[in-house]
Amino acid sequence: MTTTVSSLPPNIREETAYGRYVLNGFRYGFLFIVTFIMLAPVLLAFLGAIRTSSEFQARPFDIPRRGIQWHNFTEILEDSNFWLMFKNSLYITIGATVLTVLVSSLLGYIFARVEFRGRGLLFNVVTLGLLFPFVIAILPIFIQIRKLGLLNSYWGVILPLVAFSIPGSTLILRGFFRAIPYELEEAAYIDGCTVFGFFYRILLPMARPAVTAIAVLQAIAAWNDYFLALLILTDESKWTLPLGLMQFQGQYGTTNWSGIMAYVTILMIPAILFYMVTERYIVTGLTGGELKG
Amino acid sequence: MARILPRPKVLASEPYFEPRSIDWVKILTIILFLAPGFIIMFTILYIPVIQSFEYSQYRWNGLGPLERYVGWENYERLYDTTQYRHARLFREATKHTFILMALSLTIQLPFAMLLALLVGRGNFRGKKLFRTIYFVPYVFSDPITAILWIYSLHPSGLVNTILESIIPDYQKIIWLGSVENPSIALYAIFAVLTWKYFGFYMILYMAALQNVPKDLEDAARLDGANEFNVLRKITLPLVGPTIRLTIYLSILGSLQQFVIIWIMTEGGPVGHTEVLGTFLYKYGIDGLRLGFGSAIAVVIFCMSLVFSIGYQWMVLRQDYRSLQAQ
Repeated sequence: MTTTVSSLPPNIREETAYGRYVLNGFRYGFLFIVTFIMLAPVLLAFLGAIRTSSEFQARPFDIPRRGIQWHNFTEILEDSNFWLMFKNSLYITIGATVLTVLVSSLLGYIFARVEFRGRGLLFNVVTLGLLFPFVIAILPIFIQIRKLGLLNSYWGVILPLVAFSIPGSTLILRGFFRAIPYELEEAAYIDGCTVFGFFYRILLPMARPAVTAIAVLQAIAAWNDYFLALLILTDESKWTLPLGLMQFQGQYGTTNWSGIMAYVTILMIPAILFYMVTERYIVTGLTGGELKG
Repeated sequence: MARILPRPKVLASEPYFEPRSIDWVKILTIILFLAPGFIIMFTILYIPVIQSFEYSQYRWNGLGPLERYVGWENYERLYDTTQYRHARLFREATKHTFILMALSLTIQLPFAMLLALLVGRGNFRGKKLFRTIYFVPYVFSDPITAILWIYSLHPSGLVNTILESIIPDYQKIIWLGSVENPSIALYAIFAVLTWKYFGFYMILYMAALQNVPKDLEDAARLDGANEFNVLRKITLPLVGPTIRLTIYLSILGSLQQFVIIWIMTEGGPVGHTEVLGTFLYKYGIDGLRLGFGSAIAVVIFCMSLVFSIGYQWMVLRQDYRSLQAQ
């Protein structure tokens, strides 16, 4: 291959060993700096959590010199309120995720596979929801949820979360459902499958990567939601973890820095674990299946 | 059997009799499948948003009946800067939102593209690890993000400590809430937003770059183009649809920034990080001035609607068309 390389103009010869070294050197240098910036605040939280507040305040980045302060964690984990909020967050996340997948796959199915007059129009009505920024719709939604008597209930948070994700999820699922061959549908009906049977037994399992992607993205959105919960869940017994974190920060913000860092660390660990397990699906969902995991 | 399928093309030449009777099973299926989604969308999103046009004509704390009709007064309070303090604050909030938007388009997106090129192209060790790390903040909730950075940007926090160790004679900067230099807070917040969101755009760019045929780039190189020209004339135009989509997402995203800014500064110091989202919350929701709040929401909504429709019509339309042609 050497003859080919030398016959190329000089600007293509970067594929030589020397050129690659230089290029990769710059590349790694830059990427490591960015990596440091990305991870520094995360590391900071961890280093704050295992040291005392005064250590943390004096030197943000340092090893623990007075032993690891496990009590920062245990004080939070032994609080029954924390587990109550954990439970609330879990319920809302599960409810919003299940409902989103259910509702948007039904919509996606109809818009992808069933032909009828006015389908395009109805589909546009659904995707119109993409134009409603969260911050703007939040006030009307708050008024409506109060009218429906759903303040301080899980449904008061779940329903808006679902409403916001229906347009995007339906759009993604419709694309995936369309790609499934029509012959399969014919065969299923000839074998005596019902409409719902085809949808449930064949379409959903075949579109599983897309369905999982939607579930994962919605689970993250629901678990992380702060704004809706802030407005709708005023009763402390219904609070979710992000609200709990903010309350803790409001209470100890200036005194117990280590406690707050411990709280943040406790909340970050499941998020990071979940991310590591589901990264493939997140990327699939966001790029419409184009970027391989 | 409900005929849900379009009639197969093979049958077109054969005699085919459209059944006269209405296919009730099919209609019922459609209604049953569409109902849950449409009921949720309309009761939770569409009807309330439409109603907020009505609320915006009243002075209303949300508790009693709608009685005090004030007409366009709530809108004048946002527009007439000579008479109303709120109008001046609203202009400031709009200005800051546009600054964030401009910074996102000129810094955040190019930065994401640079990293997508660096991480996504060529084969090197740790490629996937870098991508994973850059995307991590996406899974952190806004409160976590905000708190991590409140303590990092604290005067004796991480950022100042690092800068101190790198730059000699470094004067500690008060990032969020400096009295002498209050406008720096907005740029600090922009940095935080970039930290959180550029990974998302990077992923989108990586997906697009992956589909650029290498042959085309090599052909340009053979014709004597240097790397910069290959990028400018071949690679970037080919990922154009994705770039245009991210510009759209970025602008809409900037319009609705709220939680991170609210937690970090509450719009301060002295209104220097007030954006449309925090303005709406502070003056519309927090004091239960829901009539005025509705007017704010309607104005922001119209801004984003005009932008959305204009952009889709003028810019994104061509991409849809080429997408359908594929």
